[in-house]
Amino acid sequence: MQILLGLDGSELSVRALDRTIERASETGDSLTVAVYVDTTDETLDDLEQLARDRIGSATVDAAVHRIEGDPGSGLLELAADGYDRIVLGGGTISPMGKIRLGDVVEFVLANATTTVTLVR
Amino acid sequence: MTLDYPDEPAEDFPTPPRDVVDDEGREIHFRRGTDDREALVEMYTDFHPEDRAQGIPPSREPQIREWLDTVAERDCGIVLASHRGHLVGHGMLVADDEGGYELALFVLREYQGAGIGTELLRTLLGLGQEIGVERVWLSVERWNDPAIRVYEKVGFERVDSASFEIEMALRLH
Repeated sequence: MQILLGLDGSELSVRALDRTIERASETGDSLTVAVYVDTTDETLDDLEQLARDRIGSATVDAAVHRIEGDPGSGLLELAADGYDRIVLGGGTISPMGKIRLGDVVEFVLANATTTVTLVR
Repeated sequence: MTLDYPDEPAEDFPTPPRDVVDDEGREIHFRRGTDDREALVEMYTDFHPEDRAQGIPPSREPQIREWLDTVAERDCGIVLASHRGHLVGHGMLVADDEGGYELALFVLREYQGAGIGTELLRTLLGLGQEIGVERVWLSVERWNDPAIRVYEKVGFERVDSASFEIEMALRLH
């Protein structure tokens, strides 16, 4: 299976990445990590580095792709390129512990024609 | 999070402790919360699943404890509502990283619709004024009209509604 994971550096997106790497190294799925600037102050360079660090020495077929411009439409455009599944972290966590999905997650959920998995 | 707070401060709110008779004739006691962990865990274990919002309160006891621990690491103002010695409501102001406070209220299902949430909110805002909280915000699911009306009644203004949740803000001082 071809998996596309969106990473903006938020806590839940990093957790989604770690779990997806773990899972893909068991199943042999191939993984593309799409990095984009959204809810954190991190730059595309930071995010690409973060993705490569996390992939590290895991035995997984993984690539990193940078999305410049609007992250939601960028993810969907990329997903149309033969991916079976989009995986996203479920947003950000407020001081109270409330989950906030964020604009990108909402856009992808509403508009994707690919299966979307939200990791919590 | 950067929010546009109202320019003018809200009215003065009542401070805890206070007693209010609810719309069902029950005497409800409001007091400032301190170390009430076990009573809170008990209340949240009884919490109705449909009354959860945006992932809180968690449904199982270990996660409830973990959630209360995480929140308690930040500066908090807490008001508890009780009836005959049992907790029926919990309101919190939790410091964010920008000098504001996030607000949330929880009332057990059997005690909803009787004005307790409104009084819990007003008492919590009174506590906030007393302890020097200046800016308060909250997020509420956009289909939760009863809650939104209560928040608007005390002066909260909508600051963002581009998503599933509406964000609202209030100035206390």
